[in-house]
Amino acid sequence: MRRVGLGVLGALLLAAPFWVWNPYYVHILIMAGIFTILALSLNLLLGYTGQLSLGHAAFFGIGAYTSALLALRLDWPAWAGFVAAVLVAGLAGYGVGKVSLKLRGAYFVLVTISFAGVIYLVSVNWMELTNGPLGLPGVPPFEVAVAGLFELSFRSKPAFYYLVLGVAALAYLVCRRLVSSRIGRAFIALRENEALAESVGIDGTRYLVLAAVVSAAMAGAAGSLYAHYTRFVSPEVFLFTYTVTMVIMVVAGGKGTLAGPVVGAVLFTVLPEALREVTSWQWQMLLYGVLLILTVFFLPKGVVPALETWLRERRAIRP
Amino acid sequence: MSLRVEEMAVHFGGVAALADVSFEVEAGRITSMIGPNGAGKTTAFNVITGFLRPLRGRVLYEGDPLTGLKPFQIAERGIVRTFQKTNVFPQTAVLDNVMIGLHLRERAGLAAILLRRRRVREEEATLAALAEEILAFVGLAHRRREPAGALPFGEQRLLELAIALAARPRLLLLDEPASGMNPAEKTAVMGLIRRIREQGVTVFLVEHDMRLVMGISDRVIVLHLGRVIAQGAPGEVQSDPQVISAYLGGR
Amino acid sequence: MEEFLQHILNGLILGGTYALLGIGLTLIFGIMNVVNFAHGEFYTLGAYTTFLFLALLETNFFLALLGAVASGILLGAICERLLLRPLLGESIDTTMLVMIGVWIAMQNAELTLWGGVAKSIDHPFPQPPLTLGPLSVAPLRLFVLGAAVLLIAGSHLLIHRTRLGRAMRATFQDRETAALMGVDIHRIHTVTFAFGSGLAAGAGALLGPVFVVYPAMGDPAALKAFVVVILGGLGNFAGATLGGLILGIAEELGAGYISSGYRDAVGFAIIILVLLLRPSGLFARAERVG
Ligand SMILES: Nc1ncnc2c1ncn2[C@@H]1O[C@H](COP(=O)(O)OP(=O)(O)OP(=O)(O)O)[C@@H](O)[C@H]1O
Ligand SMILES: [Mg+2]
Repeated sequence: MRRVGLGVLGALLLAAPFWVWNPYYVHILIMAGIFTILALSLNLLLGYTGQLSLGHAAFFGIGAYTSALLALRLDWPAWAGFVAAVLVAGLAGYGVGKVSLKLRGAYFVLVTISFAGVIYLVSVNWMELTNGPLGLPGVPPFEVAVAGLFELSFRSKPAFYYLVLGVAALAYLVCRRLVSSRIGRAFIALRENEALAESVGIDGTRYLVLAAVVSAAMAGAAGSLYAHYTRFVSPEVFLFTYTVTMVIMVVAGGKGTLAGPVVGAVLFTVLPEALREVTSWQWQMLLYGVLLILTVFFLPKGVVPALETWLRERRAIRP
Repeated sequence: MSLRVEEMAVHFGGVAALADVSFEVEAGRITSMIGPNGAGKTTAFNVITGFLRPLRGRVLYEGDPLTGLKPFQIAERGIVRTFQKTNVFPQTAVLDNVMIGLHLRERAGLAAILLRRRRVREEEATLAALAEEILAFVGLAHRRREPAGALPFGEQRLLELAIALAARPRLLLLDEPASGMNPAEKTAVMGLIRRIREQGVTVFLVEHDMRLVMGISDRVIVLHLGRVIAQGAPGEVQSDPQVISAYLGGR
Repeated sequence: MEEFLQHILNGLILGGTYALLGIGLTLIFGIMNVVNFAHGEFYTLGAYTTFLFLALLETNFFLALLGAVASGILLGAICERLLLRPLLGESIDTTMLVMIGVWIAMQNAELTLWGGVAKSIDHPFPQPPLTLGPLSVAPLRLFVLGAAVLLIAGSHLLIHRTRLGRAMRATFQDRETAALMGVDIHRIHTVTFAFGSGLAAGAGALLGPVFVVYPAMGDPAALKAFVVVILGGLGNFAGATLGGLILGIAEELGAGYISSGYRDAVGFAIIILVLLLRPSGLFARAERVG
């Protein structure tokens, strides 16, 4: 039953550019894909190790700027920029994780916010490198070419959709394999009882830093895709709004589950777009705030775990 | 000689919780530490397992100093503890609690895990079987799928023991493993501790239940107000006037 | 030298209001164990309430300031009763998420209500600066400093000289013991949150006329409050006062001698440095194991 459902869903997603005729809807699907990667990445930290990072947009932004700068200044091909974005963001995750993961709770949250704040100010003020608040226009589209052999362009929306879908599927797979392994068990152990985890030989710092690196690298991948998709990068990519959106996606979807961030990302990309027709941006943000509060009160575990419980109970009632 | 504590001192805000305590725990035997509430027993455990840094003194295990090592490094050397307050991974299934305890026996690296190599899958299967075995040993096999936090108190204490055993200790430190248990459960725990010792594990036990302590210990150390006031065979300690007055007269 | 002294004076004036912000946050943090990410919004609320009283209701300036503080107290109390009391005993992460929600909701409510255009607040003080030897200072700024000092002193008296303050301090020391000794924890929490929010609103009302009023003005203010709390130590009243002054002066010097573009970076840098170099030094509360 579950398998059939997943198969149908997969087929629908693969065929999306054929049945979604409105290019604007394809655009929404692409954004949903990018946010899925971001939510999955934040969930590794927030959901599995239990560390709330409110600086996650920094890694998204670092990925976007790495890709954009390498393409514009050094003429790197997009795929190489993508790889570099993943590596640079991962490296930044290592540095930040190494120093900040000594702290816990509110102190960790504050350091992550500050880190993102500093990066944002640098992106605004370091004119020579980043062009400041004006940003970097003209980022080339995503193309893969091997001289004379073949050329693959992701310039069109449907093509880019497949690229995002592929990367999102890969991110999901990485998360799934990680969390069901000894590494994932160490993450969960540190979240639920750090002292006990250490007492059976789990090196807390090492695993938390590992989570931070993988998580940052994934956010960097999303940033690179975003840069090549919108073809424009500005300090806005560091905005706190992105981080908040990711947090809401993970919390509302179900932190510490695999499907949660995916459901959350799709829900909170489509919902604002649907609301866009009727309301302004600030009403949407207001609603975000209210939804976050309501989720904590009424769906503290998120949509996916609530659905699972509901399904299980229904099945139990039936003879 | 297994564990040796030399002149260990711990102060909390100027008050001595441990004042130059020295003792030894012999390999392959059951040593118990007793003493009135606040004597410093848990503090001694915390220092030995690296959760607390002593003001003075050192801890030697098989001749090597443990001072300055982090808790996980001490676990890597085969010293595993349980905690006085119940301590499990509450939202995780009972079987997975034990799987976490098996952490040090796993070898799979990041790349192998991401590629899901065959040996990773085989390791998972072997370890799951091992975890089942350990659960059966403490008598919790029937609970394997339930979240640990949902277990009754006595069973949570057994699960703690299972988690610690999974980490393959050579020296096992148990902080009041039978507290809050009913008499039948206590007898079961006594049996388990004996069987653990028979498997060659050195046991260092903190416990208030005198019947239990005197019944299974090879040696008893008595701590009072942060000092060792007596040590020896259970019979000797029981009749020591200083021990009697410590328990009767309080401070 | 004169320039330096001028920076110090300007820093003190800013620092007084930063201290107000920090005291509110540190009390909420220390007594309730709540990381109040919405703290900056009460600052914004204070500024807009002042604007509302003056521009729309055309009241007296000082009455407007009182109204602003009252609005902070009122909304703070409502917020605590409605959102925090039901979550008493939940983890610090849970209340933190709720307060992040409040922050976003309040800020965008302000934006919807007042629009994004910055507003300025009129005040009755003369424009030409007073000169004190080599230093010059606008009368309004001098008033802001005086009012901040008064509020800080008043808070100090409340906490150290009244029964209520004693109950607050007892709750900070140990919530369970305080409850056993007959302290009404619920009431202390409501009072603490209302009081802290009132101080934040007061800071907003005082700085509103100095700068301009806009919906996102609470974000830098909240950042400053957090810096002050970290500098001064968790739940430390005197520390927050001192921390506020230090931050004000550090910012003025940073902006004056380094670059004004990185003014806000001073705050971030202080947070990162203090937390990383002295992670336990400034707010040590050793946890028990076992
Ligand atoms: N983290 C701490 N901070 C301050 N004092 C502490 C701390 N941990 C322990 N103490 C004090 O140190 C002394 C020894 O405590 P410890 O927990 O080691 O006693 P114990 O022998 O294990 O007692 P019990 O039988 O009640 O478990 C007590 O007076 C206790 O209050
Ligand atoms: Mg104890």
